[in-house]
Amino acid sequence: MDVSVELALTVNGVPVRRRVEPRQSLADFLRYELELTGSHVGCEHGACGACTVRVDGTPVRGCLMLAVQADGSRVETIEGIAASGELADLQRAFAEENALQCGFCTPGMLLTAQEILRRNPRAGDVEIREGLSGNYCRCTGYHAIVQAVLRAGGVREKGQP
Amino acid sequence: MSDTPARITERESYIGRSVVRPQTARLLAGRGVFTDDVTLPRMTHVAFVRSPHAHARIGAIDTAAARALPGVIAVVTGVELARVCDGWVGTLAHFQGMKSAKQHALAIGKAAWQGEPVVAVVAESRAIAEDGVGRVAVEWEPLPAVTEPETALDPATPLIHPELGDNLVFSLELKAGDVEEAFRQADAVYTDTFRMGRHTAVTVEPRTILADFDPAEQQLTVYHAFQAPHMMQDILARHLRLPEHHVRVICRDVGGSFGLKVHIYPDEVAACALAVLLGRPVKFTADRVESFVSDIHARDHRVRAEVAVKRDGTILGMRVDDLTGIGPYSVYPRTSAVEGNQTVRLTPALYRFRHYAARLSVVLQNKTPMCQYRAVGHPVAFAVMEGMVDRVARELGLDPVEVRRRNLVTQDMYPHTTQTGYFFERLSLEECLDSLLELADYRRLCAERDALRARGTYRGLGLCGFVELTTPGPAFYGVGGARISSQDGCTIRFEPSGTLTCMTGVTEQGQGTDTMIAQVVATAVGVPMEHVRVLTGDTMVTPYGGGTWASRGAGIGGEAALLSGKALKENILKVAAAILGGEPMDLDVRRGAVVDADTGEVRLPLAEVGRIAYFRPDTLPKDFQSELTVTRHYVPRHQGFAFTNGIQLSHVEVDMETGFVRLLKHWVVEDCGRIINPRLVDEQLRGAIVQGIGAALWEHCVYDDQGQLRNGTLMDYLVPMAPEIPDIVVGHVETPTAYSEGGFKGAGEAGTAGAPGAVLNAVNDALAPFGARLTAQPITPGDVLTALGKL
Repeated sequence: MDVSVELALTVNGVPVRRRVEPRQSLADFLRYELELTGSHVGCEHGACGACTVRVDGTPVRGCLMLAVQADGSRVETIEGIAASGELADLQRAFAEENALQCGFCTPGMLLTAQEILRRNPRAGDVEIREGLSGNYCRCTGYHAIVQAVLRAGGVREKGQP
Repeated sequence: MSDTPARITERESYIGRSVVRPQTARLLAGRGVFTDDVTLPRMTHVAFVRSPHAHARIGAIDTAAARALPGVIAVVTGVELARVCDGWVGTLAHFQGMKSAKQHALAIGKAAWQGEPVVAVVAESRAIAEDGVGRVAVEWEPLPAVTEPETALDPATPLIHPELGDNLVFSLELKAGDVEEAFRQADAVYTDTFRMGRHTAVTVEPRTILADFDPAEQQLTVYHAFQAPHMMQDILARHLRLPEHHVRVICRDVGGSFGLKVHIYPDEVAACALAVLLGRPVKFTADRVESFVSDIHARDHRVRAEVAVKRDGTILGMRVDDLTGIGPYSVYPRTSAVEGNQTVRLTPALYRFRHYAARLSVVLQNKTPMCQYRAVGHPVAFAVMEGMVDRVARELGLDPVEVRRRNLVTQDMYPHTTQTGYFFERLSLEECLDSLLELADYRRLCAERDALRARGTYRGLGLCGFVELTTPGPAFYGVGGARISSQDGCTIRFEPSGTLTCMTGVTEQGQGTDTMIAQVVATAVGVPMEHVRVLTGDTMVTPYGGGTWASRGAGIGGEAALLSGKALKENILKVAAAILGGEPMDLDVRRGAVVDADTGEVRLPLAEVGRIAYFRPDTLPKDFQSELTVTRHYVPRHQGFAFTNGIQLSHVEVDMETGFVRLLKHWVVEDCGRIINPRLVDEQLRGAIVQGIGAALWEHCVYDDQGQLRNGTLMDYLVPMAPEIPDIVVGHVETPTAYSEGGFKGAGEAGTAGAPGAVLNAVNDALAPFGARLTAQPITPGDVLTALGKL
């Protein structure tokens, strides 16, 4: 019995229409149906944050949301957000601070960092660490990531009128 | 020809510079290619029926319902898979008396841990494969589970593998000097038993493999999240009975490894065997729940330690008894005995007392197999040793820094051979201690701690010195019969444009191996770093090598790159001399051009050398042949390991009401020889320290007495996250090894080696006013309250 459901959504600005199984997670939908492999699946139970994507402007766990729940939504992945240039300063800061090693958690980290700075470009060490508390990194020990977010925030602050 | 090639410490050197890793741009744009990102035509997915019991006989297996499921391609049992895949035994011949049972890709007859793969279901999607797993019916006959190492050897304890005769995998007795006499001469003897809990590596990328078999060519191509591609090539060829040159292993981006991804896992071998069986690509990606029961676990030691000391804190002798439980099999091919072996050999290494006796017992259990994880054996050894040093200081009313100074191996003692036979060319134990105390302003912290104590705030400072075993030579595995390469190579191809393509046997899992190799090669040849492209992790392309583990990337891969770069430069100069009509020795390569060696005047851009060598060799002398692709290899011949050293300091605050430990700050001063990229080394240290902190405070694989893992999700297995982790200050001392030209040593284990001991000592320092002390990790709030007599 075919239980697949049709959904229509916008992914990185492009309209997408697909039939999917209702049980498919948004993360799997993006990775396997659309071949957008930038968001990664680390735990499938909402703990690691590697699958973070934006749905209608809000960061969500791609593994905890079903693809069908994104019907009609605007979904943005690291590929789209990076290509738009929105993250350029954060990416630069991450590279300069070596705020990534294996890079598996990095797309999720960047989207979370972007949300932290969107809320408060002046976020300090404690606020950044709290903001990153849903994203595991096993390589860096977080120090460099915090430094990178501080650095990008500082630059944004100066750049504002 | 020049006999004195240019020294690598010239002003244009990239060595010692914190250059940005070029490959991060790709990772930061979401363009990394991890194994699960790879999709092949006709690709299938495998999921496994795993044993729900820690120990059980496997009866009838009914696969009919699973086979009937649309989308299921094959359901394969252990007996069926064994027809194409030979089993293995994880022992090393130089570990005398070591034994382990034969292990198969899928269990045959009996399952020996909860999570052992038993039946494979291959389907069009992972979801359908999992549906199929749910429809396989296995008749289980549960057997009593062996869970506690302490009773594993009791006559009443069942045998996990009756054919072995007992549950003892390996035992070792070490004796140096006259321990009995040392204990007779002691003013005091202190004894403690340390329990270092079982934990696991938790790479954020789970284990993943994609095997593709082409029956027409008999060619197996494997994409693998792994650290040692050539080792995997060798193993797959032998166990799947394929010619070695028909197996290609490709490791592209690897999402963290830490020693977890350097072992042979039955489910991964099964995926490859299934690809051969089916003639189709088979992908296996562990989900997180599977990871917890099938990734290797680590540590799990009980160490009884006794020290004999003089009243002034001088250590006269030590006895150590290490018992470690490794699960039901010694993990192939590195073995699970190396961990305990290194623990008992490393324990006394920092100190100069000569009387030492150690006993090691490695025993079987019905738990997930335990094997080598970052800083194999080190964190246990130094938590024990440095815990005992702090105990001595406390009992005798001495300063812990002074007790260390009184006992450390000193600068005038090198070269030094330790009590257990490790050779130290030259370390910097005293310099690192001095540097750490200054960096952390230790005396001020002590004064602050004492002042706060009077006001009811309890802080503690914990030191932990360590040595780190890096750059392992051929005596590590080769002599034991494991086919793990201790040499590595580097091939550099000079492109017609004058840029360099470099292929190295060492691999990249986030450490920045590509960058480090590019820095060395650019420096050795004399070109801008952006003219060097580094390729790793492809057995069909890269020179044969061991890969990246045991901190061998810089010490072995870096040295091979240096030798290769220098050889290429010589060859470039020969071509240039042939073009220009002069002597190579009068020329040099700087900033991507052939220059006059004396004046630095540009004589020939490298692109011109390439153009003539490749496209217009007719203009060169008839007897001249250019050689612009070179390969050099390196194996450490002169010492077993390039030991490094360092010391850490942890600063904590303990809430005596709740038992919670808050980390305030952490310092490390480390000496990894000549540093290629300081920023990469700093971040290696920080990441490794946090793994050690995790072990000290949170990470624990908790089992019940039936051998069931009780916390197999990331919701209840606690991994450190950003808010819990303090700032980590890093300092360096540089003592290059004189046994290699580059002087490089490793840095990957150092952080994990010392962090648990530093945290344990810091917590005990905070608890000292209450006369309480802990000797087990992880240190939970409950343990703290129990030690305080509040629970």
